[in-house]
Amino acid sequence: MEDNDGKQKKAGGRLCSICTQRKAALKRPKTLEQICRECFFDVFEEEIHKVIIDNQLFKSGERIAIGASGGKDSTVLAYVLSELNRRHNYGLDLFLLSVDEGITGYRDDSLETVKRNEVQYGLPLKVVSYKDLYGWTMDEIVKMIGLKNNCTFCGVFRRQALDRGAALLKVDKVATGHNADDIAETVLLNILRGDIARLGRCTSIITGEDGPIPRCKPFKYTYEKEIVMYAYFKKLDYFSTECIYSPNAYRGFAREFIKDLERIRPRAILDIIKSGEDFRISTTTKMPEQGTCERCGYISSQVCYIFSCLHI
Amino acid sequence: MQLTLEFGGGLELLCESVKIHNVNVDLEAGEEKLTMKDLLSWVRTNLIKERPEMFMKGDSVRPGVLVLVNDCDWELSGQLDTTLEEKDVVVFISTLHGG
Repeated sequence: MEDNDGKQKKAGGRLCSICTQRKAALKRPKTLEQICRECFFDVFEEEIHKVIIDNQLFKSGERIAIGASGGKDSTVLAYVLSELNRRHNYGLDLFLLSVDEGITGYRDDSLETVKRNEVQYGLPLKVVSYKDLYGWTMDEIVKMIGLKNNCTFCGVFRRQALDRGAALLKVDKVATGHNADDIAETVLLNILRGDIARLGRCTSIITGEDGPIPRCKPFKYTYEKEIVMYAYFKKLDYFSTECIYSPNAYRGFAREFIKDLERIRPRAILDIIKSGEDFRISTTTKMPEQGTCERCGYISSQVCYIFSCLHI
Repeated sequence: MQLTLEFGGGLELLCESVKIHNVNVDLEAGEEKLTMKDLLSWVRTNLIKERPEMFMKGDSVRPGVLVLVNDCDWELSGQLDTTLEEKDVVVFISTLHGG
């Protein structure tokens, strides 16, 4: 029992500020509360439940695809959504939807994680691949175009692949694992790029309601730290390797800046999201029109360029 | 002092893809206790084989790296000032990898 004594000493005998019974296990970035593991599971799950209810993210009877990469966010999302669906009788049919970009040593490994999640959580999995949809894997694209614009190609392809997969599954909505840190980072990036159209859209918890399949972000207010702590304490099986083709220095810089701010004042993340939401964009600001690709009819201003570049 | 160190969330890639390290860390001459600050510099010298900037920034971990001592968030135990004891388990998890 010496170990237990040691643990007691280290926590300075701090007790959970919610139950006041058990030893605190973490400090919440959102509230700075010190809480125990059990109370953390409760508040973490119930806050997400509240976000789902307050924003009416789902309706009973809907079929929902969870965009699953095998990474921490989507793994925790799949676990928490299936738990909440049971606990609160959402009446949802949940599916896992993965995109196989065809990146050896990265996506093939993370897809193995998703396949284990399929069994662990009992959620049917659909995988759509770039190779099947477009005839090209990312490995082949990089071989052809090099490492310069590959992330643009991949981003456009992934967006469309998720929609195509969602259509095949006949789902009503796609839920993605974007967390509060991701959204704060995107707000900042859109400001840094002067991309006012995206700045307006990026904080919306539901997007694409006018399109074929809307998307929603149940983790919009969930801190990355808490997602990783949750996965760690629950021993969830997730994959964590950076994409081998993504140097993306600009985004990396924004990410690091956000993390530095969080260390000084954790609220900064929620405040950046709030700033993003509350921006008023002058009516004289010219917005880019969303074009449609002549080749495939898909909404985008870039697909044609991509298609012609790849000689498809 | 015998410690178990665990690296996750991609940090294991910096130490030859080994996640769990059972290590023996000696106290500096004249020091009476081992703190997290001491441990971090020991880890940087002895375990991190590449890209140390992914693990540390200044004398602490890089923001976005979570640290748990005996499964307790180090923000509750004084971060760099946390004192370590025999057989403690220290976990480092990066939150910076894709979701």
